[in-house]
Amino acid sequence: MKETPLLTKEYRTIEYASGPLIFVSGVLGASFGEIVKITLRDGSVRTGQVLDISEEHAVIQVYEGTSGIDVVDTTVRFTGEPARINVSKDMLGRIFTGVGMPRDGGPDIIPEAVLDIAGMPINPSARDKPADFIQTGMSAIDGLNTLVRGQKLPIFSGSGLPASKLAAQIARQAKVLGEGEEFAVVFVAMGITHKEASFFMQDFERTGALDRVVFFMNLADDPTVERLAAPRCGLTVAEYLAFTHNLHVLVILTDMINYCEALREISTAREEVPGRRGYPGYMYTDLASIYERAGRLKGKKGSITQIPILTMPDDDITHPVPDLTGYITEGQIVLSRDIFRRGGDPPVDALPCLSRLMNLGIGPGKTREDHRGVADQLYASYAYGRDLRRLVAIVGEEALTDLDRKYLKFADGFERQFITQGDDDRPIETTLGIAWDLFATLPTDELKRIKREHIAKYHPAAQETEQKPEETGRS
Amino acid sequence: MIAGTISRISGPVIMAKGMKGSKMYDVVKVGAEALRGEIIRLEGDEAVIQVYEDTTGLTLGESVENTETPLSVELGPGLLASIYDGVQRPLPVLLKLSGDFIGRGITAPGLDRSRKWDFTPTVKKGDTLGPGDVIGTVKEFQFEHRVLVPPKIAGTVTEIRAGSFTVEEIVCVLDNKVRLPMMQSWPVRLPRPHQKKLDPLLPLITGQRVFDCMFPVTKGGTAMIPGGFGTGKTVSEQTLAKWSDTQIVVYIGCGERGNEMTDVLAEFPELVDPRTKLPLIERTILIANTSNMPVAAREASIYTGITIAEYFRDMGYDVALLADSTSRWGEALREVSGRLEEMPGEEGYPAYLATRLSAFYERAGRVVCLGSGERTGSVTVVGAVSPPGGDFSEPITQNTLRVVGTFWALDTNLAYRRHFPSVNWIKSYSLYLDCIAEWYDKTIARDWRELREKAMYLLQKEVELQEIVQLVGPDALPDSEKAILDVTRMIREDFLQQSAYSDTDSFCPVEKQYAMLKVIMTYYEQIILAMNRGVSLRQVQALPLRATIGRMKEAEDAEAVRKMIDEVSSAIARLEVEK
Repeated sequence: MKETPLLTKEYRTIEYASGPLIFVSGVLGASFGEIVKITLRDGSVRTGQVLDISEEHAVIQVYEGTSGIDVVDTTVRFTGEPARINVSKDMLGRIFTGVGMPRDGGPDIIPEAVLDIAGMPINPSARDKPADFIQTGMSAIDGLNTLVRGQKLPIFSGSGLPASKLAAQIARQAKVLGEGEEFAVVFVAMGITHKEASFFMQDFERTGALDRVVFFMNLADDPTVERLAAPRCGLTVAEYLAFTHNLHVLVILTDMINYCEALREISTAREEVPGRRGYPGYMYTDLASIYERAGRLKGKKGSITQIPILTMPDDDITHPVPDLTGYITEGQIVLSRDIFRRGGDPPVDALPCLSRLMNLGIGPGKTREDHRGVADQLYASYAYGRDLRRLVAIVGEEALTDLDRKYLKFADGFERQFITQGDDDRPIETTLGIAWDLFATLPTDELKRIKREHIAKYHPAAQETEQKPEETGRS
Repeated sequence: MIAGTISRISGPVIMAKGMKGSKMYDVVKVGAEALRGEIIRLEGDEAVIQVYEDTTGLTLGESVENTETPLSVELGPGLLASIYDGVQRPLPVLLKLSGDFIGRGITAPGLDRSRKWDFTPTVKKGDTLGPGDVIGTVKEFQFEHRVLVPPKIAGTVTEIRAGSFTVEEIVCVLDNKVRLPMMQSWPVRLPRPHQKKLDPLLPLITGQRVFDCMFPVTKGGTAMIPGGFGTGKTVSEQTLAKWSDTQIVVYIGCGERGNEMTDVLAEFPELVDPRTKLPLIERTILIANTSNMPVAAREASIYTGITIAEYFRDMGYDVALLADSTSRWGEALREVSGRLEEMPGEEGYPAYLATRLSAFYERAGRVVCLGSGERTGSVTVVGAVSPPGGDFSEPITQNTLRVVGTFWALDTNLAYRRHFPSVNWIKSYSLYLDCIAEWYDKTIARDWRELREKAMYLLQKEVELQEIVQLVGPDALPDSEKAILDVTRMIREDFLQQSAYSDTDSFCPVEKQYAMLKVIMTYYEQIILAMNRGVSLRQVQALPLRATIGRMKEAEDAEAVRKMIDEVSSAIARLEVEK
């Protein structure tokens, strides 16, 4: 890095302010991305960051918002430093603002290190393959879309659906089998309500996890621009805890849609060419700079697992925010209003869910040898059952063959027994057991996705049904 | 030397004054840290530069130095089994230099300068050489790396050395004082020359039934795989990287996930090429510019990859270039274009998107290489496309469609029901069917084309029948149509579906593919014959044939499947009409 100049200049040359941005003219020697201190007429100080520099002016986004800034008396001082955050292991159990200032009335952090919040990309050849199965105790995840350490698996929710409950339950129950390693949770709230934030806090308190959690709170009434810094601060702390202190860190980011709104606000104020629905064209890259900060490193014990939560506007999975997220993250857990109305708890819609790293975390020695086949079969059979529901709506159940009626029942059973579990913490064996009970309602010949030897070994009624010839026809 | 100063900074794009004399696409060094960048626009003495590294901390007035060379890659022994970033910096070297995270201003040559290679000359003193001629070979793993005379160079050999050399040491001297090391460099944005392009007449065998049998691509052809997220683009690309019958595979992770590259890095050394029995990594070159790495380097990664691919083609080899995902490349273009405040075209993409896309795909092809000896080589390009919202009407999908020969449309609904590869058989197409018909006729079977057409017809018919079923229920269909639904379900589940993770089925030889299709189509023919005799469909369905056919995938080889053809036809033929 360059040396910081000893002499810093204050500028009183704000040309104009627009939304969250101010434009300062005649700036010499400002560096791209550096932090500025803005002193208002009343003496209060705000923080901003340089977004664009040209010979005419420097564009600065103000984290605390521009209200109260005037173009005459407000002064701007360039610090020459990029956005940084003080980090320490003592941050566990504390609450911070989106830019990393204590917000719980406690003392300032005595920094063990001062780190750039933008972070640097992990060298792909330094990454270690995620491989440890995380048992979340949720059948919909463990059985069908297994989470592994170092993965980024978002929850796509709709407004009013209990995504927070699911995330809290995962945070509470998640464990790696046979290990008692140290873990930590970094919780980043972006533009959520006080009620939602306190739900998480109470949940962590109840389970005694509170002193293992670092909170970054930017609530709905806090400055918008701070939301852009909050996840980066959180992930910088997470990286520090994981790769310096060897903790297994679970990062919960909620709600990413608010983050993207803030991004759009800045972009619009800069008068940039908009991409889809007014979001900036670089949103993919910007989101990637957050989501990609998950994983494991070779030779390091710690890991970062991310669970971002986002609310799909109007339940639309093709909206740019869930869409780009899905392209970056390693799968997604999707909540559905339809399943919610049917009483699903959690209301996970299994079909659009996916975990790309599932195969790395399952199989003999990790979960069980039949896991892959069971998951594939559950998907195939459930998908067929769901198709039949549509058919039944038109032609009635009587028009179905016996076999199809069994599939219809299977789909209902799948939602009621497998997906729905309330507050239960199910070990993986229980999850697979429920799956086999459901398979027992179908003819064995239909279980094409499962290896024959696994059917012989795990099917509840393997001996009787195996030899029975299948006679039902299917249209 | 041309040197200017920074006059504007906006994300990955900067402007510099005092750059008079610069050429488009010259590589420049920016600021005190000497960040590398490339000139993408010139206005008077002002240059617009895209910087391959993060620009945080740059200030106005810092120096910009023009190297006056275009962005080039180093070509020579040592490429195989490497992993590079988008501008050919070897990632393991960066790891040593800057630790687990990629720092800034680090340079590292693409080829290892200290490693020695055993060079065996194939020419002797006095030989006359032209561009593209082979001067010797180097054994890289088990691969014969042919050292070529670079394009535009010719002369008579005055000295040729054998022995152990680094890539920079001179191995051959020509009479016009040209001194040739094993290494050469080539500007990435310029296609490497060849003698002439040939028609693509040979299929690229991938071991995937839906690709090889239904929608084949040729060696030297182009294909695209568009699909929403979770439809299996990356898995398809990786499957192609594993099983394609080419000597070399270049895999570009363009703006994708870091963990995926780790996966390839961890998996490929352990996997074995089914044809050569050598570890797959020994024929693979990886270019990894993950989504959080600088966006300008992502734009370059596609060109870096294809230039390396062309280099191996010029040696006379078949190369598969897999780019995952070209949409991220298009987005990088859009981002840079947006920063330049260019007039946007559709969806904010620059108006030159189509030109760039077609120029890239046209670098694929089967060619007669430069140099004597009539070598032919090919570069097959398969690009994944990530359309926003899975909507194929967006600009990158549409512009790519115009230039590629094979279209593998991935379908979200198929993926939801775990039908993988989720290639939609109604939307997909291949323009190469006629080109490769002769090869299939000779090598596999005369009736391959006919079987394929029949299967496609039935699948098309199924769509119509499903619509009727949705309205009136399945019972309303006559037996002959129920039989079609029965068979198409087999085609879908027992033929088209193929698990990339299965130990027996992830690679399926073409002979076995043909036999499997033959079994299913025989089943259909026999049902029709039997029903003509008066046998009912229910009788046929009561036979345990569905289970037999369902286990075809696990069959050991083509021979085992071929036996089922008779089994199926005689079982149905034996059925007697029920009284």
